[in-house]
Amino acid sequence: MSITVDRVSKRFERFQALKEVSLEVPSGSLTALLGPSGSGKSTLLRVIAGLETPDEGEVSIGGERVTHLPPQKRGVGFVFQHYAPFKHMTVWENVAFGLKVRRLPKPEIHRRVRELLELVQLEGWAKHYPSQLSGGQRQRMALARTLAVEPSVLLLDEPFGALDAQVRSDLRRWLRRLHDEIGVTTVLVTHDQEEAMEVADRIAVMHQGRIEQTGMPSEVYDHPESEFVMAFLGRVNRLGGALIRPHDVSILSRPTPGTREAMIERVVHLGFEVRVEMLLGDGSPLCAQLSRDEAAFLDLRQGRIVYVDVGAGRTFEPSQLHRAAS
Amino acid sequence: MALSSRLAAAESRSRPRGGERGAAAAVLARGVVTSYLGLVVLIPLAALLWRSAASGYDRFVSTVTSPEVLASIQLTILLSLGTTALNALAGTLIAWVLVRDSFPGKRLVDSVIDLPFAIPTVVAGLTLLALYGPRSPIGVDVAYTKAGVGLALLFVTLPFVVRSVQPVLLEMDREVEEAAASLGASGAETFRRIVLPSLLPAILSGASLGFARSLGEFGAVVLISGNVPFRTEVVAVTIFGRVESGDVGGAAVISVVLLLLSGLVLLMTDGLRRWRLVCDG
Repeated sequence: MSITVDRVSKRFERFQALKEVSLEVPSGSLTALLGPSGSGKSTLLRVIAGLETPDEGEVSIGGERVTHLPPQKRGVGFVFQHYAPFKHMTVWENVAFGLKVRRLPKPEIHRRVRELLELVQLEGWAKHYPSQLSGGQRQRMALARTLAVEPSVLLLDEPFGALDAQVRSDLRRWLRRLHDEIGVTTVLVTHDQEEAMEVADRIAVMHQGRIEQTGMPSEVYDHPESEFVMAFLGRVNRLGGALIRPHDVSILSRPTPGTREAMIERVVHLGFEVRVEMLLGDGSPLCAQLSRDEAAFLDLRQGRIVYVDVGAGRTFEPSQLHRAAS
Repeated sequence: MALSSRLAAAESRSRPRGGERGAAAAVLARGVVTSYLGLVVLIPLAALLWRSAASGYDRFVSTVTSPEVLASIQLTILLSLGTTALNALAGTLIAWVLVRDSFPGKRLVDSVIDLPFAIPTVVAGLTLLALYGPRSPIGVDVAYTKAGVGLALLFVTLPFVVRSVQPVLLEMDREVEEAAASLGASGAETFRRIVLPSLLPAILSGASLGFARSLGEFGAVVLISGNVPFRTEVVAVTIFGRVESGDVGGAAVISVVLLLLSGLVLLMTDGLRRWRLVCDG
């Protein structure tokens, strides 16, 4: 089901967490709310879930206005960063909780819990307590518990934030597959741009209580509408007022019109790619990224003088800069 | 994570590290602890047991089964059970309000909770007598009645449950309740299925400590109860009376009964603590 957030504001004492935020989440999509901590992304998710009440604005799910409905009546599933397991219950009881609350007949509960434990690959752990599971298993249990009540939308608040890198990337891929399988509208909060790019089919970049830009991952990466979005979605060089991504810097052996002189300070080999750190004539640093073959062809070495083309750099309207900073 | 598991974590951290000096210090520490415990607690207890055993089996049975003693034991257990149940309820509620609510003067209320621990129990008894005695300024006279005794016990045991539930509530993750709500559970259901099971071990262990305290309470009770045999006399007062009238052997016998009851409660508390440890994992 689609989600519509219409000019929502939320204030916590002296902190303005959300400033007239509007967002459309298409039905069946996996949308990431991406931003640094304090940007309001978690608050927005909690407003959609009904765990926070907005000061102003409206929230609709599936076309129905839910702004003043309690979380129990919204049909949303919420997954927390720290899993929020019911510690005194077994894995089985955790997953069955929502079904018991709904007073489903016992055989039905048994069937559903068994299916879900299979889905999250925890069949053998039904009788264990959450404290006996690993972080990744706990989060899968929390997901099964949430999916058990067949929510119309699934809200995930930094679900992989507390896990180590390997488990994290496994779970990301697993979540993407799961989403493709069951197709429930999903909103994922994350501060990790790689995670957002890998998992989501739409990204809303948040900054200081506002949504800066919404679009497909390639759109927000290739056509950032503000300096903040460009800088947050990947590495950038700052040259005066212009921003340029390291892989858009071209390096030449001989000067041509429009190129600038630079001295190579360091060449870092990172497997397939090579990072070249340089100093421009005016002393400002510049970083370029190229493939191993390109670097070998140009014979890049420390101390060499090369010529760089930074014409692909972008400048942003001051109004946007101003807006991003306010 | 509850107190007990934090304690366990601290214990494993503070385990003595290698070296002969460390080992010697450990032996010394163990010796000091054992002798101190023996001197202060175990030897007096053994003396008491010895004293009561010296009276002989027949004397033991006849003392314990005398109508006056039976009545006072019965009264003490019943009143302790009643006040403990009431304080378990009220204490949980107070802890809840202190943790979850914010109101002006909350910190004052929080420190007032400890008053029954801080003030001498005889003073507490005198205070209660002044307020609820024959010359009560509010017209409530419960002096020399069972209700008066109950009131005194309620007063001295109030902090137990509050102070054992409070830290558990403080550490309780609000997200767990939010998760329950998003799964469709109402406030009452969340309390019954999620919050209460997490609090129950703390409530029970606080209550059992309070119960053990009630069994032996003397100072707060002695003034307001009037010590009427068969009606308001509690066990501690009975023991005191026996000593006063020179029957130290009889006093020792009754004390042993009280001791057994307290020991039983302690065992239960310990069992609860283990249970809590299992739940917390």
